[in-house]
Amino acid sequence: MLEVEGLHAHYGRAHILQGVTLSAAQGEVVALLGRNGAGKSTTMKAIMGLVRPTGGRVRFQGQDVTGREPFEIARQGLGYVPEERRIFTELTVMENLDVGRQPPRAGLAPWTPERVFALFPSLGAMRARPGGRMSGGEQQMLTIARTLMGNPRLILLDEPSEGLAPVIVERMAAAILELKREGITVLLSEQNLHFARLVSDRACVLEKGAIRWEGTLAALMEAEEVRAQYLSV
Amino acid sequence: MFENLLVQGLSGLASASSLFLVASGLTVIFGVTRIVNFAHGSLYMLGAYLAWTLVTNLPRGHFGFWGGVLAAALIVGVVGVLIEVLLLRRIYKAPELFQLLATFGVVLIVQDLALMIWGPQDLLGPRAPGLRGATEILGVRFPLYELFLIFVGPVVLGLLWLLFHRTRWGTRVRAATADREMVGALGVNQRLLFTTVFFLGACLAGLGGALQLPRESVNLQMDLAIIAEAFVVVVIGGLGSLPGAFLAALLIGQMQAFGILIFPKITLVLAFLVMAVVLILRPYGLLGRPPASAHAAQVVEPPYPPPSPAFRALGLATVAVALLLPPFLGDFALIVFTEIAIMVLFAASLHFIMGPGGMASFGHAAYFGLGAYGAALLVKHVAAPMEIGLLAAPFAAGLAGVVFGWFCVRLSGVYAAMLTLAFAQIAWSAAFQWVELTGGDNGILGVWPSDWARNKLAYYYLALLLCLGATLLLRRAIMAPFGYALRAGRDSPLRAEAIGMDGFRIRWVAFILAAVAAGIAGGLFAYAKGSVFPTYMAIPRSVDALLMVLLGGVQTLSGPIVGALAYTWIHEQLMRLFELWRLLLGAVILLLVLFFPQGLAGAAQRAAEKRA
Repeated sequence: MLEVEGLHAHYGRAHILQGVTLSAAQGEVVALLGRNGAGKSTTMKAIMGLVRPTGGRVRFQGQDVTGREPFEIARQGLGYVPEERRIFTELTVMENLDVGRQPPRAGLAPWTPERVFALFPSLGAMRARPGGRMSGGEQQMLTIARTLMGNPRLILLDEPSEGLAPVIVERMAAAILELKREGITVLLSEQNLHFARLVSDRACVLEKGAIRWEGTLAALMEAEEVRAQYLSV
Repeated sequence: MFENLLVQGLSGLASASSLFLVASGLTVIFGVTRIVNFAHGSLYMLGAYLAWTLVTNLPRGHFGFWGGVLAAALIVGVVGVLIEVLLLRRIYKAPELFQLLATFGVVLIVQDLALMIWGPQDLLGPRAPGLRGATEILGVRFPLYELFLIFVGPVVLGLLWLLFHRTRWGTRVRAATADREMVGALGVNQRLLFTTVFFLGACLAGLGGALQLPRESVNLQMDLAIIAEAFVVVVIGGLGSLPGAFLAALLIGQMQAFGILIFPKITLVLAFLVMAVVLILRPYGLLGRPPASAHAAQVVEPPYPPPSPAFRALGLATVAVALLLPPFLGDFALIVFTEIAIMVLFAASLHFIMGPGGMASFGHAAYFGLGAYGAALLVKHVAAPMEIGLLAAPFAAGLAGVVFGWFCVRLSGVYAAMLTLAFAQIAWSAAFQWVELTGGDNGILGVWPSDWARNKLAYYYLALLLCLGATLLLRRAIMAPFGYALRAGRDSPLRAEAIGMDGFRIRWVAFILAAVAAGIAGGLFAYAKGSVFPTYMAIPRSVDALLMVLLGGVQTLSGPIVGALAYTWIHEQLMRLFELWRLLLGAVILLLVLFFPQGLAGAAQRAAEKRA
């Protein structure tokens, strides 16, 4: 479904991504793990076209999307949920969802506000509330819901558990598993290994802009030296 | 008395409607694209001219008039789309001043095109069918058309509100106003969105202009007159806020209507004073919000590289030419050389706050002009000799720098540019309207040098000495600890403050120094020309300074010198050889912005780096 090959990206003169290679198969949940500054968010932005890659390839459903405009990539069926949530604070919940809406995609049951509210019931109770007057957890749900309205085949989820209360984190995990059951592919970045274990099939460990280790979550739990070298703080 | 007040109040409301039409387009465009569209006044003017052509050629009657007005608005919308697609789309990521400058280039081009098409004379349109007469309100006769205009403003506000809150397009536009990038990542084609927004904004400006047809004559000065007011309205209301623009338009409309009764001398100043006060109390306007990513997009500038031997030699050669050639030149060439020396200092003074200071100024002519007036007023009122006048020039400009700078250095980006523009307009309107003191539009004549400097060659050397000296002093300041502190504050304001630097004070001092230097240039200019006019402080003169700095390159030390030399020469040639010099100057500006964003010196430096 998604193949990233030797992806490079720069911020000014800083070389942030130094050849990231990873892939995600249809229906898989892949966790991108690594410390702060390892390049997790930049990887996602480069896939999405928000940061222009300076080298390498991104293929989505067999098509080369490297360096395309973000809106074109989104219309291919790639959804992006940013780390900072970036809710439109002046817009109501319904309006936020409306901005994300895209035409239905063949083979996927189209998302409607009602289906989204079934996944995140608390959002359904505040349809007319402006995004700026919601709690962090509610905003996190809304940002995922907004992306779902575009009927994505794959979602890039940037640190979905960051800064959330434990109860909400569990709710997030349940939602991600629900998406997986729907057949949606998920690439999520995480620092929280516990959360990643709850939802992911596979892990890619990123450090200094390159993938250093790859394997199942079970194998990662075995490989103590990998965790010590790349993940422990 | 009561009747008088009522009529003034109603006229104020009618003016507010027209102002709102223009300001609403400006604010909607800014909200989404973050571009302050200087050319918005030109679109307004085009709307008026097009409506004149259409209405006078279409059959008389309701269809001819209203059809012509609407068609004019739509055509202007299409012109707006052309501007967006051909120009603005390429510079959305450029610094704000470049965008302002690019749209000013469009202003110049439209001015000459309108002159070519419609000629220099004022055009009078027909009155609106069905609204020719007057009606009686509380015993006062009031023109029907004015009454109609009073209703247009709120109706347009209502329609825009529905458009933005009840349509999917409107929801997307509001979302893009908050976070353009995110809207793109959600699959919305931003380009199309921006283009449609520009179409709407341009239509509103065109409609505003077209509706003026029955009220006033159509002329070539409409563009800058309305844009200055529309800027004030938009800034007071809060950039990007429609209800804010409406409130501010009402405020300014009433202020001007009653200002004429109470302070007929300072009506022009009044609007800008209100704007300055609002920006001090609420830096982002009445209903505005601080920009979302205020310090996220900071680019840290690399330090100034030491000049290469070749470059140093070129610099010395230039100075040698400036010193040795003039005795062999005629009077005309000496006048040009004197002007170039003055412009080098003027550009260097603006560069001082823009480059190392990282501040934007769209009103630097204020200090140049105040320097000129500082000298000329002494000549006019106390018959002071040149020596005293030249001492007074930097003093007057510096004093303005102290006062204006105290406000301006608190803001950044577009807001700082707007505020500097507002102060320059205050200075300009004072010179223009305070006829007893300044002679108004007729200026002050007879500002001649003392006997020993009356000879063109002697005056040239005097100007060269002062300008070169002041420019080198500014350059020395950039390399002194003060300059380091200034640059530190530019690149990372928070860190600079955290290690104990008083950023506000450093920027303020820099602003004052720049004003003083511009004042020296202005004083020398006054004696070189023998006269002083309000145009010394007008918007085009501020743009001259910006062009010189940007032409040379903001982040190079030699930039302002190269820029002043190149610009004065280009300007001289264009004005001498072509009647339509504005058109060509506008085109030069667009080329500069599109192809040499680092300026000439910057491009040369890059080329040298590549070779190395």
